[in-house]
Amino acid sequence: MSTLPPDNRPDPDRLLAHVQADEKQRLRGHLKIFFGYAAVVGKTYAMLEAAHQRKAEGVDVVVGYVETHDRVETENMLKGLEVIPRQTITYRTIQLPELDIDKILARKPQLVLVDELAHTNTPGSRHGKRYQDVEELLSAGIDVYTTLNIQHLESLNDVVAQITGTKVRETIPDSVIDEVTDIELIDLPTEELLNRLKEGKVYVPEQAGRAIEKFFRQGNLTALRELTMRRAAERVDDQMLSYMETRAIPGPWAAGERLLVCISPGEVSERLIRTARRLADELKAEWYAIYVETPGQAGMSTDQRDRVHRMLRLAEDLGAKSISLPGQSVVETVTDYARSHNVTKIIIGKSRRSHWYELLRGSVSDQLIRQSGPIDVYFVNSEAQASFKQSERLWQPHRPWRRYIWSIALVAAATGICGLVAPYISPTNLVVIYLLSTVVAAIFLGRGPAILASFLSVATFDYFFVPPQLTLAVTDTEYILTFFGLLSVSLVISYLTAQVREQAEAAQRREAQTAALYELGHDLTATVGLEAVAKTIIAHISQTFSREVAIFLPESGQLRLYNASPGLVVAENELAVATWAFEHGQIAGRGTDTLPDASMHYQPLKTTHGVIGVLGVKPANPNSYMSPEQRRTLDTFVNQVALAIEGARLAEQARQTELLEATEKLQTALLNSISHDLRTPLVSITGALSSLEEASPALDEEVRRSLIETAGEEAERLNRLVGNLLDITRLEAGAMRLHCEACDVQELIGSSLEQIGTPLKNRQVKVEIPPKLPLVPLDFVLFSRVLVNVIDNALKYSPPDKPIDIKARVSNHSLEITVADRGEGIPAGDLEHIFDKFYRVQRPDNVSGTGLGLSISKGIVEAHGGTIRAENRRGGGAIITVRLPLEGIETNE
Amino acid sequence: MNDIGLRVLVVDDERAIRRYLHAALNAQGYTVYEASGGKEALNMVVADRPDLIILDLGLPDVDGVEVTRQLREWTPIPIIILSVREQESDKIAALDAGADDYLTKPFSSGELMARMRVALRRSLQTAAEPVFKMDNLNVDLTRRQVKVAGEEISLTPTEYDLLRILVQNAGRVLTHRQMLRQVWGSAYESEAHLLRVNMSNLRRKIEPDPTRPRYIITEPGVGYRLRAEA
Repeated sequence: MSTLPPDNRPDPDRLLAHVQADEKQRLRGHLKIFFGYAAVVGKTYAMLEAAHQRKAEGVDVVVGYVETHDRVETENMLKGLEVIPRQTITYRTIQLPELDIDKILARKPQLVLVDELAHTNTPGSRHGKRYQDVEELLSAGIDVYTTLNIQHLESLNDVVAQITGTKVRETIPDSVIDEVTDIELIDLPTEELLNRLKEGKVYVPEQAGRAIEKFFRQGNLTALRELTMRRAAERVDDQMLSYMETRAIPGPWAAGERLLVCISPGEVSERLIRTARRLADELKAEWYAIYVETPGQAGMSTDQRDRVHRMLRLAEDLGAKSISLPGQSVVETVTDYARSHNVTKIIIGKSRRSHWYELLRGSVSDQLIRQSGPIDVYFVNSEAQASFKQSERLWQPHRPWRRYIWSIALVAAATGICGLVAPYISPTNLVVIYLLSTVVAAIFLGRGPAILASFLSVATFDYFFVPPQLTLAVTDTEYILTFFGLLSVSLVISYLTAQVREQAEAAQRREAQTAALYELGHDLTATVGLEAVAKTIIAHISQTFSREVAIFLPESGQLRLYNASPGLVVAENELAVATWAFEHGQIAGRGTDTLPDASMHYQPLKTTHGVIGVLGVKPANPNSYMSPEQRRTLDTFVNQVALAIEGARLAEQARQTELLEATEKLQTALLNSISHDLRTPLVSITGALSSLEEASPALDEEVRRSLIETAGEEAERLNRLVGNLLDITRLEAGAMRLHCEACDVQELIGSSLEQIGTPLKNRQVKVEIPPKLPLVPLDFVLFSRVLVNVIDNALKYSPPDKPIDIKARVSNHSLEITVADRGEGIPAGDLEHIFDKFYRVQRPDNVSGTGLGLSISKGIVEAHGGTIRAENRRGGGAIITVRLPLEGIETNE
Repeated sequence: MNDIGLRVLVVDDERAIRRYLHAALNAQGYTVYEASGGKEALNMVVADRPDLIILDLGLPDVDGVEVTRQLREWTPIPIIILSVREQESDKIAALDAGADDYLTKPFSSGELMARMRVALRRSLQTAAEPVFKMDNLNVDLTRRQVKVAGEEISLTPTEYDLLRILVQNAGRVLTHRQMLRQVWGSAYESEAHLLRVNMSNLRRKIEPDPTRPRYIITEPGVGYRLRAEA
């Protein structure tokens, strides 16, 4: 939006904004405010009246919080409406009733009545302010009726204070009103209001007297009434404008105006901001609040930093775009920004600096006027208000007092040196030594101590070395010039040196932050996996901000602590605050308006996919808050963090989906395979049995025998399969424990062949075992199962007339048993898969097998710390090699 | 070799298995008694005085191993274990408790009948036959003489002792522990490697092909058995 719309056609951006706002509005509840100019005009009554009407229309209405002030008429109006019980919050020793937002959310009515929008909640409530409660209700899609008095509106707060002389503490941001669907002005002539008061209809009598005196004066009320009507009218005007914009109705386009208000750490800023808001409202202008951080301000106290931050937030609350910009000069930065953003008016506070200071440094106002060109510059008077405490003096030292002691010591040292050399040089030249001490103070101790040194130098020089000595009196008027020279030179030097130093420091700090950010980005790119990413983030943030960090991520819909700095304990109620931040996508906790009692500051991690988690930051020192600069850096960090975590999550999800798909595929295959393998033998067995049962006499002996044999073989096969399934289950459940004993390899092979039994009949098996093989520690039973499976496999996949070769030998400190056949061999693509579960090499002559044998073998061999592999044999056939490391075993007994 | 009229007690909690055994054993001429639990079995052994017990391990009340132990306190009646438990430790426990043999379900009735015959023969003949003959192997315990294919071979004293106890228990499983105890003494019960080395040597001397033993069968993880019938 860097250029003004050339004509009155609807700006696409604006239209889009309208559409989005409409969309938001549809999901949100509607807010209606009963708006009045004083406490007694009958807002609550009007609200209840409207509620009854809605109820009669069939709307589900409940009362969330209504303050009747014991007024009978109001209490009568409550009858017939469902009232949600309030919650009681204990603050110190007092029990205070508050709106029970959770109950309302749980009840989920269509419309809820919540009195006194500007109310400040008891500490310990979820939100600091009631309007935030209302905001949450609206977000939940519940309509809200509420009441509000004009003096509680942030931008009019100071105007009302001027009119009535009372400053109201409870305020709400104007943006709340701007988003309101409906405002109903509740008006009452001032005389009538005063009558009501006198009749005691409103406040309890003793309060009424004071209240009338202070607030309810005819003049006040009339002014407030006018103000209220104007504000309500403005709102209507806004709606009208908005309507015209969307429909391209030509009208008084005021969008061309843009205001910029400059914030300084001084108190004037608050007033400045409110003024800017009013002006912006009147001009229907966009407005910016900017704070320029110059190197000279690097040494600002934390109080001042906090104030700047507060001011920026206030401006944001009032609808401004707030920005804090680093820059060498306030004037240049402001004018550059104003020009690049088509600002038409700059508002700045009138300087309260001394004339001397301005002569020395030039006035910001003058420079601004000179440099601003076509932009109007407005000055706002800073009105000294008694209610504001002057907490910061211009030169108030915020450095440790020790530095001042050092500067005194420096001057003392200079005096000592001067005392030593005084007999040899003229007093005027001693001045140089004092100047030197000032320079040293400026370089190493900062501005304040250097100034102290300047003055001390002049004083001591006068006292010790200017005749008459040991008095401050001066006889030779020439020395006055020396004094003046010494003082001004040392002041200038100290100022300039200190400024250079501070600039360097500020640059260093900024560079450190940029470097930190760069490092985080760099480390994050190099990190794979959510857990590692989280660890990197925590390490970087806690290092950069010297704070403890916690990352919260949702897990099956619920926010959980994912990872945190070592030793950081996150209590249940802290998690609740984090959850709030997560659900609402807003900052919460320490240093914010929402649940500020929390010990951590919670920042939602937002990406284009919404809020993906929450980052919690806890300062080491409970009293330290972040400077705006740190906050800005943290914001940048948070953006990077959000992106990194989202990236890691997506990657993980993709991997898991892949894994899940693979597992699913495998499981389907597994089930298919098992059901096939289990059923096939059963089919043969039941088939054989039923034939024998039904057609027994008709069958000749041979057929009967063959049927029985088939059934027997198939039962055997079924038994083998079940055994294999049990084995693989045991292996996978880790329930297969090895009982290793020294075993004879020859016996092992013999026993395996024995176990195979029948299929080995009429098959040539060549066994080659060297005579002096050592005993090998292994689980005899399990290992013979390996060999049974491997040999069985060789039998199945090679023709019956070809021999099976079994060899055992010891080489390279390991036992090697090979089983080789002369079959077709294994297709190259299958070599690495044959040990997979349920994997069978496809053969035309469907070989019966479970596809489990080799995978069980592999499991058992690996449990022994060995390896098993398959390869094709030279000259045809396959060869399977089992290798078992022999550690610490002599090759001979 | 039909021992008609011999009484067999079948102890199993599965009705289907009792039914099948009843039919199979009846067909072979045995008189069959059935018990479905350990306590009932113990009572019936006293009351019906069977000649052999076929015992399941997983009984609902008393475990089969415990039943075996209790029986062995007062009777040498042959006990054949029939169980689905295929863990070697279960087999060893039952055999060490005094069971004569062990068969894992499922089993063929032929196998069962053979084991029963071995067990019955051992219990009915008080003394073991002094001469064992099978294929080319000839062992004469009275003369301490071992011949393979008619030629006398020399065995070390340990090898001979091993062969002797196998012959004395021909057809029956001997656990490693039982063999170690009988040949070396109870202090050597866990020295399995002694047994393996000597068995390996013994086999090399008497077996025609030690990698495919004919006479001495390895019961994996449990022990050894001398094949009794061809």
